[in-house]
Amino acid sequence: MIVNPLRDPRDRRIPRVAGPSVLILFGVTGDLSRKKLMPAVYDLANRGLLPPGFSLVGFARRDWEHEDFAQVTYQAVKEHARTPFNDTVWQQLSEGIRFVPGEFADDAAFDHLARTVAQLDEERGTSGNYAFYLSVPPKFFPEVVAQLKRSGLSDPQPGPDGRKPWRRVVIEKPFGHDLASARELNEIVNSVFAPDSVFRIDHYLGKETVQNILALRFANTMYEPIWNRGYVDHVQITMAEDIGIGGRAGYYDGIGAARDVIQNHLMQLLALTAMEEPVSFDAASLRAEKEKVLSAIRLPEDMATGTARGQYAAGWQGGLEVPGYLEEDGIAPDSHTETYAAIRLTVDTRRWGGVPFYLRTGKRLPRRMTEIALLFQRAPHLPFSATDTKELGQNAFVIRVQPDEGVTVRFGSKVPGSAMEVRDVNMDFAYGESFTENSPEAYERLLLDVLIGDPPLFPRHREVELSWEVLDPIEQFWAEHGKPEQYPAGSAGPPSAEALMARDGRAWRRL
Amino acid sequence: MMIDLTETTTGAIIDALRQARLRLGGVASGMVLTLVIVTDEGEQYDAVRSATVAARQHPCRILVVIIRRPKDRSRLDAEIRVGETAPGETVLLRMYGPLAQHADSVVTPLLLPDTPVVTWWPGMPPLVPAEDPMGTLAQRRITDAAAADAPEDTLIKLAAGYHPGDTDLSWTRATPWRSLLAATLDQPSGLITGGTVRAEAGNPTADLIAAWLSHTLGVPVATEPSGGPGITEVSFGTSDGEMSISRPDGRVAHLCRPGQPERRVALHRRDTTELLDEEFRRLDPDDVYAETLAQLRPQLTAPMI
Repeated sequence: MIVNPLRDPRDRRIPRVAGPSVLILFGVTGDLSRKKLMPAVYDLANRGLLPPGFSLVGFARRDWEHEDFAQVTYQAVKEHARTPFNDTVWQQLSEGIRFVPGEFADDAAFDHLARTVAQLDEERGTSGNYAFYLSVPPKFFPEVVAQLKRSGLSDPQPGPDGRKPWRRVVIEKPFGHDLASARELNEIVNSVFAPDSVFRIDHYLGKETVQNILALRFANTMYEPIWNRGYVDHVQITMAEDIGIGGRAGYYDGIGAARDVIQNHLMQLLALTAMEEPVSFDAASLRAEKEKVLSAIRLPEDMATGTARGQYAAGWQGGLEVPGYLEEDGIAPDSHTETYAAIRLTVDTRRWGGVPFYLRTGKRLPRRMTEIALLFQRAPHLPFSATDTKELGQNAFVIRVQPDEGVTVRFGSKVPGSAMEVRDVNMDFAYGESFTENSPEAYERLLLDVLIGDPPLFPRHREVELSWEVLDPIEQFWAEHGKPEQYPAGSAGPPSAEALMARDGRAWRRL
Repeated sequence: MMIDLTETTTGAIIDALRQARLRLGGVASGMVLTLVIVTDEGEQYDAVRSATVAARQHPCRILVVIIRRPKDRSRLDAEIRVGETAPGETVLLRMYGPLAQHADSVVTPLLLPDTPVVTWWPGMPPLVPAEDPMGTLAQRRITDAAAADAPEDTLIKLAAGYHPGDTDLSWTRATPWRSLLAATLDQPSGLITGGTVRAEAGNPTADLIAAWLSHTLGVPVATEPSGGPGITEVSFGTSDGEMSISRPDGRVAHLCRPGQPERRVALHRRDTTELLDEEFRRLDPDDVYAETLAQLRPQLTAPMI
């Protein structure tokens, strides 16, 4: 790394800017590309965070010219970009847009791709640095990765100045569907790319609220003393969706809610909530703490009572009559795939011994919401009469991940009047009020980190494996024991999930 | 909602703000700072407009201090705007007569508790902002040398009166250039032997960029006049040949390095709202600015000796 005298750590006005590079996008016709990736590229350019000459290459099975792809990108940017449209920025960006048509099996197409990026290096000075974004289903990974190797694209040649350009590959969830397949997938990718150059995107980790968990816990003094079994009664981590599976039947059936959401998003949220303080904020220290806490997770002793799963049935959701999961297009009428999953975990560390972590996720629930809630123990003694504190619940600390990003603290307060009556009130911090319009999209942050080569927000393979080690026994138990319970669309989930909490004398937070 | 109070007091303004907030359902939560704008009737419209747009990203209470007819008897008029276009509150304070000498007595009770105070002079700034009554209230004092009558001269005077917490929008305007320059030097280049900044005459931002480069790189960096708009080129002599970033049209920068193709990138000039937005993001003293100012003084005064 060369030392740049113009970069001063005290100089907080100068942002981190990516170096000369090309982003090569596989799967440009997908929803993710149009709604998230292309707008994120534009937003980065508009914020001045992309280097001069930055280029974007699309690869897909479409009979397109460069201009057609530029037009598709233009539409996506116009519709979905976060920052205002600026013609000059778009002009500069669009000059670097290329398209290569072809199939993954087609050697000639990849040779064409190799020539295209080499030409960009010459014309636009992208210096041979390539990031490959595989926005395609994992079943295509072996083929794409093999083609990248065969065509020499994955193998950087030292430039005239003797410096070796970088290669990075970005992959999206799912990272396999169990431990064995995750390892297999990893071997495929690692056969061509070094572990340091593999970036696994869990877009939750790019969210400001998720990064704020670390700031909240480790930059303040008032939370840490109570962030343990001495004060916390239990933790609830929820990701609820109001939508059904929509057009994702092919992907979703056979995967289910636990693999789709708990294995990655909720496990990462649990790790950030429960981990110890890292010695520094570099990728290695952060990863060490996350891996420690993930490896300390224990499954419920009795899977039958410690887990619950459901499948949405036809019903009314948000004022619309919607079909049940089994009636969705492309779903077998006897599918055992769960659309709701809840599990009770414990974390065997001194900090968390005996504190249950309840994780739940589901589709067709009353509303879209993701949150982490720490529910505190009740005061050991209340100097008030029982009737005075009838409306006093458990103190709670809630991190709202989405929507209405922010933090809520719930505590008891005296009701105005002559009697000493105590009732729950909320104290609220809303991101939208204190920092309006300013939060970059998760994908902006993550794409920039890939181009800069900054890994802290990307889960490593070991973390993926550890989460599968938690989930595999549950999936196995479910596979052997009947099928998921039906719950009406628009309800809060199956009765077995309520029973799971009730057995512990607790209840889910209202969705 | 707009409320006009004539011949009023701070107490009445606070009451009116509280009433307005209640009627609108408690919109005042989450304000992150108090912005005091010291201005006159002529320039207040543009200043308030920029600040109000910036307040969408940093909800704040905006207090606009407007000095009117100093020879009249003392009088305070207030114009309160709540929940109009921005999430915060705006109060225009028009001060007549001797009261203008005691503007701080009006402003101090109106500052939000527990949040930082920023003072901004959109026009001619006081020479030592930190010692101005409106400046001592604030931990961040924003001036704009480019808006003063003799920009470069004003900047030098501000440099002489610098206190931690001072900042100038001509430094803020330098950020996109500095960012691009820093990104350019992230890539290996030959040994830099000197540089030149070309800009429209009387552009204090060009002086600051030259001073910053010469301070951080330890080589002489000159400024040269050009036809504009704004800054048009920064070039370096290096052991490998000349390296330059030019922006002839104020929109697109062309990066030329020895032995490499020309690269282009959008580099647009920013409006006041964007500058304020950047200033509000960090309210601690800007050490790099302080060092650059210190470098600027000998550099700019040298030719006159």
